[in-house]
Amino acid sequence: MDNLLSIVTFLPLLAAVILGLFLRGGDEAADRNAKWLSLIATSATFLISLFILFQFDPSNTGFQMVEEAEWLLGLQYKMGVDGISVLFVMLTTFMMPLVILASWEVTTRVKEYMIAFLVLETLMLGVFMALDLVLFYLFFEAGLIPMFLIIGIWGGANRIYASFKFFLYTFLGSVLMLVAMVAMFADAGTTDIEALMNHQFASESFSILGVQIIGGLQTILFLAFFASFAVKMPMWPVHTWLPDAHVQAPTAGSVVLAAILLKMGGYGFLRFSLPMFPVGSDVMAPLVFWLSAIAIVYTSLVALVQEDMKKLIAYSSVAHMGFVTMGIFAANQQGIDGAIFQMLSHGFISAALFLCVGVIYDRMHTREIDAYGGLVNRMPAYALIFMLFTMANVGLPGTSGFIGEFLTLVGIFQVNTWIAAVAATGVILSAGYALWLYRRVVMGDLIKESLKTITDMTRREKAIFAPLVVMTIWMGVYPAPILDRIGPSVAALVQTYDTALAEAAAANQFAETTE
Amino acid sequence: MIAADLNIILPEILLSVFAMAGLIGAVYTGKDRLAPMLVWATSAVFVALAVWIATNGSGTNVAFDGMFIDDGFARFAKVVILVSAAAVLLMSQGYMERRGLLRFEYPMLIALAAVGMMVMVSAGDLMALYMGLELQSLALYVVAALRRDNVKSTEAGLKYFVLGALSSGLLLYGASLTYGYAGTTLFSGIIQTATEGEMSLGLLFGLVLLASGLAFKVSAVPFHMWTPDVYEGSPTPVTAFFATAPKVAAMALFARVLHDAFGGAVGDWQQVIALLSVLSMFLGAVAAIGQRDIKRLMAYSSIAHMGYALMGLAAGTAFGVQAMLIYMAIYVTMNVGTFAFILLMERDGQPVTDIEALGMYAKREPGKALAMLVLLFSLAGVPPLVGFFGKLYVLRGAYEAGLAWLAIAGVIASVIGAFYYLRIVYYMYFGEDREDALDGGKSPVLWGFLMASAVIMVVGVVNLFGIESAAQAAAATLVN
Repeated sequence: MDNLLSIVTFLPLLAAVILGLFLRGGDEAADRNAKWLSLIATSATFLISLFILFQFDPSNTGFQMVEEAEWLLGLQYKMGVDGISVLFVMLTTFMMPLVILASWEVTTRVKEYMIAFLVLETLMLGVFMALDLVLFYLFFEAGLIPMFLIIGIWGGANRIYASFKFFLYTFLGSVLMLVAMVAMFADAGTTDIEALMNHQFASESFSILGVQIIGGLQTILFLAFFASFAVKMPMWPVHTWLPDAHVQAPTAGSVVLAAILLKMGGYGFLRFSLPMFPVGSDVMAPLVFWLSAIAIVYTSLVALVQEDMKKLIAYSSVAHMGFVTMGIFAANQQGIDGAIFQMLSHGFISAALFLCVGVIYDRMHTREIDAYGGLVNRMPAYALIFMLFTMANVGLPGTSGFIGEFLTLVGIFQVNTWIAAVAATGVILSAGYALWLYRRVVMGDLIKESLKTITDMTRREKAIFAPLVVMTIWMGVYPAPILDRIGPSVAALVQTYDTALAEAAAANQFAETTE
Repeated sequence: MIAADLNIILPEILLSVFAMAGLIGAVYTGKDRLAPMLVWATSAVFVALAVWIATNGSGTNVAFDGMFIDDGFARFAKVVILVSAAAVLLMSQGYMERRGLLRFEYPMLIALAAVGMMVMVSAGDLMALYMGLELQSLALYVVAALRRDNVKSTEAGLKYFVLGALSSGLLLYGASLTYGYAGTTLFSGIIQTATEGEMSLGLLFGLVLLASGLAFKVSAVPFHMWTPDVYEGSPTPVTAFFATAPKVAAMALFARVLHDAFGGAVGDWQQVIALLSVLSMFLGAVAAIGQRDIKRLMAYSSIAHMGYALMGLAAGTAFGVQAMLIYMAIYVTMNVGTFAFILLMERDGQPVTDIEALGMYAKREPGKALAMLVLLFSLAGVPPLVGFFGKLYVLRGAYEAGLAWLAIAGVIASVIGAFYYLRIVYYMYFGEDREDALDGGKSPVLWGFLMASAVIMVVGVVNLFGIESAAQAAAATLVN
């Protein structure tokens, strides 16, 4: 199959078109059909995407299964995967059937809901596969539209504010990236990501309005991309849209947001910032480190005082993404391996935690931590699963969370010991807020009148959690299959990064001596 | 000799003859009873001429000693003008008929305006420029005030006329200065004077005054004041017309004057155009936020869009002109669809323009709401819709011409502008369900235009329907 990637990418879109054009009526039967069609489509996408995983050759560090076609304005339609992106593709296709299953109880405008998620899946897959700057931007930005609608239509009480904030915040971040892309196009004469990785952007310092820009064009471009990815990640201090969006989004929306959409920021850093602007990255790395360290400590503290469960988990996501940015810009094998691993593991864990909140929200229609307590008495299965993911979130050895945090800390320790020390306190704080949340919600006596009749998880809910449990423990106990796939590509990335830095340093020295 | 000249302007002659014959014929026979037939006939003539011009023309032909230029650029603009005019004319029939506004003069005035616009984009001389511009403007003043018994409509017509006369005055003053210092009204003569050494101060003044007059026609800030009032007061189909064909004509004429007459002095006008562009983008984005009337909102939206088109023009390169042409073609397509939607907004047979009336529109009319959603995101310039590519072209044009600051300002304005487009989406999809919901909108013609426009916005992402190469060829004939 020559166009496997396109098939995987556009299959959900095809299902969405079929849903939109041919499914008529708003009765229960039509709703059920919409759900089943979406489930089948996303499951089929996952099964076909397994071929990508099997065909993928980890020892090859270049792009594989590449498809190319001419497009307009000298752009091209080019798709491909390498060791960095292939697992994100798998994460997306893996999560989507679970997301559809998790929304089985949706009753309002089911058809539109399913269409929005199917379109979103196509766009997310496109982000991870696109090998053309503008094509990447297209998928990256287009994802805002369905997510805006998901939050706005099916969200909670304050959904309007949250959806506008989500859209405008991320839109503002990425338009600057668009200008940077135009600049790169003008500079390199191509938008092919593969070619741009080999293109040396100028790194001679110059001054704008009297301000000396160290790293020159590369730093400017880096900052423009940083504006977009840092918002998407999100990094402190531009993270404030995330808690709002998470709290207001429906459960499935939160799951997609936490599990996949946040990963686009980290993926962007790895795909663009590090390989294309090595000098810019090197110049700005200390800033990123400190922002990450602040994010880890500060958002962990904020998480401690949250009253709303979803908000607490949202802040914990920001903290965990701090480990990711830290690991990426450590720019060594362990750091980047760990960052990718952390993103994948966070995809499973945070998704599971939001689903855990969804389970009790569906029953009690509140996310207030104070409204719960003693759930273990009536919901033993739920208590067990919630505990597993709480522990994974804390980073308990034996769960996937541990591997990611440990590797990123190892990576950063080699670069900056202070940052590693500060970040390590975040691990302790995360244990604090996660265990405290668990104690307040699940442990103790069941004294609340309203909780006396609460029921344990249904078979459908258990079925959603089963694959997440398996993945979290498997990745925690035996991470080698994952790291083997990431490793070679990361090694190549680190090597080109180091060479580029050395060359730039040599060039600078040469310039200084000849002056 | 004269036969060859007449041959070149045959489309314009034919359209004029058609308009006059239609007028005389209708006066002596059926009067307004003929109007629906005349609307269809005029649209058909527009489309036929567009097809003819698109397929038949080749090379650059000059008539009347350079006063009239028929080149690829003019043909591209003419096709866009004629097709969009035909579309808007067809859209207006139902609306005008039900309100007793469908007089036989209406299609004929539109036809005369179209002649004016065709002359404008082909003008090779300041006289031809002025004649085309005035023919277009006079026809438009009248259609703006078509609803004679309505205060707002007559106000719109009067306001448009008075301010239009002012801008014509500016333009004429600029033209006379240019003539005085260049010694000729021919663009080909002006460009020689302009490129020979330093540009004289008088010529510079002429250029600036000409640009002011033209900026009025494209409603660029600070010459935009008439736009919201005229858009709001005119009957909606007329507003739709204002927002489409005349904008293309004026923008093309702008490009023609700047490149054909002052092409050697890009440095002299680049800053002026860039300033007009950045002001338009920001004012259009900010001022629309407070609007509740969708027609006023679209007025500010079009001001902002003219700012982006001017960004392409400010580049002063062939690529910039190409970007501007593509931007205008996309803009017109989006606006045809958007105005089809606005014409569908009715309650008990009365037009409604308050955007709050769209509360939960998506629940009752999912198809139309979805089409409008697509158009709004396209107007906001969100990928993967075609509106984004228009922005991408002009951004690239501006960046490559060294106007990076303009590109950055443009994208920031587009974020501000996204807010008001999203607000309409908000009313349609998340808003309160209303008792007095909109009911109308059974017109298959309008529905067809709305859907076609939305589908183009989505499908166009594949290759923009090949418009890129056509625009490139057109721009190459203007800038060389």
